[in-house]
Amino acid sequence: MENPVLHTESLSVGYGRKIIVGDIKISVNAGEILTVIGANGSGKSTILKSISGQLKKISGTVYIGSKNFDRMSRQNISEKISVMMTDRIEPELMTCRDIVEYGRFPYTRQSGILSENDRLKIDEAMRLADVYKISERDFNHISDGQKQRVLLARAVCQEPRILILDEPTSFLDIRYKLELLNILKKLVREKNIAVIMSLHELDLVQRISDHVLCIDGEKADRYGTPEEIFSGDYISRLYNITSGSYERCIPELEAVKGTPQIFVISGNGTGINIFRRLQRMNIPFASGILHENDIDYFTAKRLAETVITEKAFEPISSESFIKAKKIIDSCQKVICCIEDFGTMNMLNKNLKEYAEEKNFLINEMQNV
Amino acid sequence: MTAEREIMKNQKIYHIVCFAILIGILIIFIALSIYSGSIKYPPEQITEVLFGNCIDNSIVRIVKEIRIPRALASAVLGGALAVSGFLLQVFFSNPIAGPFVLGISSGAKLAVAMTMIFFLERGMILNSAGIMLSSFIGSMISTGFILAVAGRVRKSSSLIVSGIMIGYICSAITDFAVTFADDSNIVNLHNWSMGSFSGIDSDDIKVISATVFPVLALTMVMSKQIGAYRLGETYARSLGINIKLFRIMLILLSSILSATVTAFAGPVSFVGIAVPHIIRGILKTSKPSLIIPASFLGGASFCLMCDLIARTVFAPNELSIGSVTAVFGAPAVIFIMLRRKKTEV
Repeated sequence: MENPVLHTESLSVGYGRKIIVGDIKISVNAGEILTVIGANGSGKSTILKSISGQLKKISGTVYIGSKNFDRMSRQNISEKISVMMTDRIEPELMTCRDIVEYGRFPYTRQSGILSENDRLKIDEAMRLADVYKISERDFNHISDGQKQRVLLARAVCQEPRILILDEPTSFLDIRYKLELLNILKKLVREKNIAVIMSLHELDLVQRISDHVLCIDGEKADRYGTPEEIFSGDYISRLYNITSGSYERCIPELEAVKGTPQIFVISGNGTGINIFRRLQRMNIPFASGILHENDIDYFTAKRLAETVITEKAFEPISSESFIKAKKIIDSCQKVICCIEDFGTMNMLNKNLKEYAEEKNFLINEMQNV
Repeated sequence: MTAEREIMKNQKIYHIVCFAILIGILIIFIALSIYSGSIKYPPEQITEVLFGNCIDNSIVRIVKEIRIPRALASAVLGGALAVSGFLLQVFFSNPIAGPFVLGISSGAKLAVAMTMIFFLERGMILNSAGIMLSSFIGSMISTGFILAVAGRVRKSSSLIVSGIMIGYICSAITDFAVTFADDSNIVNLHNWSMGSFSGIDSDDIKVISATVFPVLALTMVMSKQIGAYRLGETYARSLGINIKLFRIMLILLSSILSATVTAFAGPVSFVGIAVPHIIRGILKTSKPSLIIPASFLGGASFCLMCDLIARTVFAPNELSIGSVTAVFGAPAVIFIMLRRKKTEV
């Protein structure tokens, strides 16, 4: 087990002496995304402010690596943690580039003069957040979505090991929400940064988080993988939904591109969580054989590199079967989510047996 | 890449040109202040004085002991006022903050008047260090009031209104004290409390420079932090700035600057708001490392110009400097408010 980049010990946060959330256990590794969820006013922002040093903790300890946060210098912390909070800023006469430049603050001397290296980092961060084109525009004259991405670029070029974001997707329309989260994924993958953020869109939480922390009335109620959290009616309870119901919604992140490394046999909704997990782990995969009216089909179509399909209400054809076998031969790893097969997907059972024979079958919980 | 380097290079050239013009204007105004006055001398004669080959003692005295100190004082104190205003604007994140509108100058005025009266009544004359100290204490007290108000009100217009009220109260008490104090020296005090750059001698100039320039240097050193503070407290803190210390420094430096001005020239209005605003508009940036020195130069020229108007337009009668700066400065404030109306002050 690698050491977490940030973890807390019996942390309590709040304002003054009033504890808003107590006994918080957070632990996040490099290259991981931890999302904090909970109803409005449950104290998500308070937690994020406390672990980033914006707010005085009531009790407990935050560790960055193995160091106690309170014993670290301001300079040292600023090289480790960068933030993007919900405070709206309205700086006068500053271009987007001016804003992003302040990410280099901890690395410049008192003169504040940027080196060539600093400029490269600024350019890189602005490209990553897709704001390079507007770098000379006045920050007050761009859209909220653009502002959000400029602030992200600023946080990125601070080169933190931990990025703390408070509702980074607020003010964004769905396209930019997905784009922003894709950027975060990329960051986590490429720079091995740990991300701790709060997010309101539960559908997106499931897609992007490696772990989820749920805040429910003065305590950190649950901590686990999205699959663990988003099962059963826990979410309805967490948000106190009494009228209507919470259903899994549609948006998905980008599919992972590349040669499929795993073949997933599924159907009737059994594969969705596996698909999403593979997407998060950045593993390209193939899926099949799915009927075009199967609920798995809609998710697989968007997340899998290849999907072997069959027309609705038809038994699986031998062509599809041969195609699937070929892919199984090339990726040599198969996950089977189905236990009981029916007449229409009988050939899926044959696929499973074929994989078993060749010793390709792996347990879904196994670390792929 | 190249296009963007090009923009940066052009910006640099533009800023250099702006600074050259500001310095040029300052030199012109200093010269104008030295060459003009209530007694008209031919310019050649004054040039002779400046180069040390004039034999007429009365002109030498007027130029060296009155006009030059007065010009230098207007320049340095004007610059100090502008920088002081800029620092307050950073502190309150409010473009119409300044030592005069926030009542800080009036607080200093009150403290100086009270101490002077106290000493005069005991037959003692306060030296410039004493005046500066009492002025500083006075400005810190009214700053304290303003901070207490700022902690309670979120709206920045309410902050300004309370500042103006504090200013009125202090001025009223000062007027009251000055009117009822029974000493002939009070006449001087009355002139001072109206605001004027007259009567500053070369010793005062030394004290002023020894205070203003080190503070200015310190402000320049802090410009990196001031810049980051434009992004708001949260981001500034996350960049490793000690916010508490930083805010204390801002208030201290700003108060020292405005207290120096009040100690020697009395309350001078609107320079602190108008000048940094005009400078930002000219330089088209808000980078503190540029705005601070440019505001200093601009404030210096602005006060030289106003002082020139104050003493020449109705010569031999002199206007109070505050009335002239208000004529030019107050419209600037109205302009800023109108422009910010859309975004809600």
